[in-house]
Amino acid sequence: MLAVRDNRDRAAFAALFDHFAPRLKGFIMRSGASGQQAEEVVQDVMLTIWRKAEMFDPHRAQVSAWIYQIARNRQIDVARKEGRPVPEALKAEPEVEDDAAQIYALEQETTVLKQALSRLRDDQREMIEKAYLGEMTHQEISTQTGLPLGTIKSRIRLGLERLRHELKGMR
Amino acid sequence: MTAITHHIPDAMLAAYASGNLAQPFALVVASHVSICDDCRAALEAHQAVGGAILEGTRAVAASPDLKASVLAQLDAPHSPAPEYRRAGPLPGPVMAALKGAPPRWKRLGMGVKQVLLSADQDGSARLLYIPPGQAVPDHGHNGLEMTLVLQGSFSDEVGRFGVGDVEIADESLDHTPIADAGDPCICLAATDAPLRFHAFVPRLLQPLFRI
Ligand SMILES: [Zn+2]
Repeated sequence: MLAVRDNRDRAAFAALFDHFAPRLKGFIMRSGASGQQAEEVVQDVMLTIWRKAEMFDPHRAQVSAWIYQIARNRQIDVARKEGRPVPEALKAEPEVEDDAAQIYALEQETTVLKQALSRLRDDQREMIEKAYLGEMTHQEISTQTGLPLGTIKSRIRLGLERLRHELKGMR
Repeated sequence: MTAITHHIPDAMLAAYASGNLAQPFALVVASHVSICDDCRAALEAHQAVGGAILEGTRAVAASPDLKASVLAQLDAPHSPAPEYRRAGPLPGPVMAALKGAPPRWKRLGMGVKQVLLSADQDGSARLLYIPPGQAVPDHGHNGLEMTLVLQGSFSDEVGRFGVGDVEIADESLDHTPIADAGDPCICLAATDAPLRFHAFVPRLLQPLFRI
């Protein structure tokens, strides 16, 4: 992804496509879209990744998290035919060197997060997947007992908390 | 600016991340996240979980021409969606809802003004302008209401709400927010149901004023 962002590397983008397009298609079809509808969204998402690559900040997000958000936004825009409100973007400061330690820490936490997900009971994992596929309202999420949302999320929360403190120092 | 003390509940951030939050509330969440680093970090944590689930999703082979079609479009001209920046107390998402135009306040009486940003079956979102010492019209709720302070502050039975704070109220809360002394209070208020105003505007007029 960094090769796409920094060098506009088409071969790297093609590799990114090979990895994510089939997963995105599967992911979108799970929300009930047909194969063809899903491919239309996949196409839009992949083009957005290329066009907005400079917004990708490896200190704050794994590629999969960034793409998840783009895909959810796109699916909602298609469904509603109007833009979904999105937060003001934090501009990644180009002159600041990448902080390898922070990027590594986020990678580590993502690995732990995936392990935590894989250790869930089947029914719990299904519930989590439902929530992140947008099939649960916030009331359902907050009243669903046994939804290990907090546990799962806390695996990754720590690194972002740390980053947040650094961001505060920057502003 | 004093520290933000009233944040977005976690379940709401998760619902926003997954795209299952009514549009008026999504506007409040996006606006709050624009000014609150805590909730931005929490939201990004949810996005990380969503990303992990995306990674773990069973792949479905894309049709062969999809890749060719995407690669062929990389250089195609496209018009990026306009990006709206914060203007004074109004964060980017509110400016986007206003399509970049300055707010056109409509008087409700007693110095209170509003701009309706959206109103449909999902509920409504509005900006409210309340002079110091003035009550936000006393209202009960049919559904859920979120109020984000953008300028000044207000206080009610629950506590004090300053810039960036979000008050969330449901049927069980019958409160009377009053704008504090100082700057006029500007809030972004969203609800998933029409508000019932007790005193300020006769109930029969509500559909007319879309309150
Ligand atoms: Zn917050």
